[in-house]
Amino acid sequence: MTYIQGFRNPAAARHLIERIHALGDAAPMRVMEFCGGHTHAIMRYGLREALAPAVELLSGPGCPVCVSASADIDQAIGLSLRPGVTVATFGDMIRVPGSDTSLQGARAQGGDVRVVYSALDSLELARKLPQRQIVMLGIGFETTAPTIAATVAQARAEGLGNWSVYSMHKLTDPAMRAILDAGEVRLDGVLGPGHVAAITGWQAWEFLPREYGVPCAVSGFEPTDILQAILALVESRREGAPRVINAYGRGVTPGGNAVAQGLMAQVFRVAPAAWRGIGLIPASGLDLAESYAEWDARRRFDLPDVAEGPLDAEAALGCRCGEVLRGVTLPPECPLFGGACTPAHPVGPCMVSAEGACAAHHRYGRSAA
Amino acid sequence: MCLAVPVRVVEIEGQVARVELGGVLREISLVLTPDAQVGDYVLIHTGFAISVLDEEEAQETLRLFAELEAAEALLDKEASDTETADA
Repeated sequence: MTYIQGFRNPAAARHLIERIHALGDAAPMRVMEFCGGHTHAIMRYGLREALAPAVELLSGPGCPVCVSASADIDQAIGLSLRPGVTVATFGDMIRVPGSDTSLQGARAQGGDVRVVYSALDSLELARKLPQRQIVMLGIGFETTAPTIAATVAQARAEGLGNWSVYSMHKLTDPAMRAILDAGEVRLDGVLGPGHVAAITGWQAWEFLPREYGVPCAVSGFEPTDILQAILALVESRREGAPRVINAYGRGVTPGGNAVAQGLMAQVFRVAPAAWRGIGLIPASGLDLAESYAEWDARRRFDLPDVAEGPLDAEAALGCRCGEVLRGVTLPPECPLFGGACTPAHPVGPCMVSAEGACAAHHRYGRSAA
Repeated sequence: MCLAVPVRVVEIEGQVARVELGGVLREISLVLTPDAQVGDYVLIHTGFAISVLDEEEAQETLRLFAELEAAEALLDKEASDTETADA
């Protein structure tokens, strides 16, 4: 447990917070934490308040269930209601609203939706239920995509004909670029997603200093990890030479996990993807490669492209999840926050997942009950 | 979603490892980290090891934290000694 407790050392945290304040400029350094896991940890440990006013933290789009388009959820719901089809999904996805209902709502209407811990569990379902078609929902960024790729490869090796994947996988760097290109937020630094970087390597984030002049510190998820990364960003600003800093040395290497990258390249092809809150981003998603078309649920069930479908049905209800995902609005600034929209009755996806910015603010923020 | 936790590999059989997680043994896949050895700490994500942790890197950081903790304790002691002397 040293690997967890050791990185929650309160004395080290206090020291790091003092250093950040001592080195901070008069103008707050605006740092976006890309990853929803970071948002959760930052709120849980009270780091937002501890670092103000030296550092202003903004949440980003790094919550895979939050950026899944309504139209994708609608298709998954439709599949679960088809006779003979079982939809398998990670638990985070089950309460995310589509246009009318969620996968949980589909269950109440007789849809067959099963929660799995690992994609491999969905293969086991396919082996046990040979008369049913099992569709695994492939969600997540580069951290999760290789686990789905490995599962697809396994399905092919076994010749499993009743298993397929509905890929909604997304890539992190096109979303980061889309946010910076849109120019809605000015960022002085980015807290890089440590577990994405465990796969891609920290060098994959060099485009930030090189093309945008923004420093990036790849970070782990314990409080001292995050504080060390933010201190490195503050130091980088003082030096005036933006670069990528690997503040998660125990988990991240320069080049990342070559085996995982190889499997992703083999099983997937890069495709445009519809992001809730951001829109259609070219070359930002992963579809199944031609050679794995047989295990592609979109092709097996002849499903339409979601690009034309609704991205964020909740926006019509006044939900500002899209702005939250782009770092433009803080969750408590949304008129629905904590009133019409709570974790028990979420309007938008940011209030559903534990790592959604609204859910994290609601649970741990100053305005929390 | 990108939650990954560090666990120690207890046993390896082919591409499957037994790891200790929250006091129970659990089977995980080593397909993505074929080089993992018994005794290594790996980051697991949805039933797969995605990275073998660099123990040396981790220990270096922890040593630094221990030094900070010791320095803080010393400062606290000095402060309380000064208070006692003042009183």
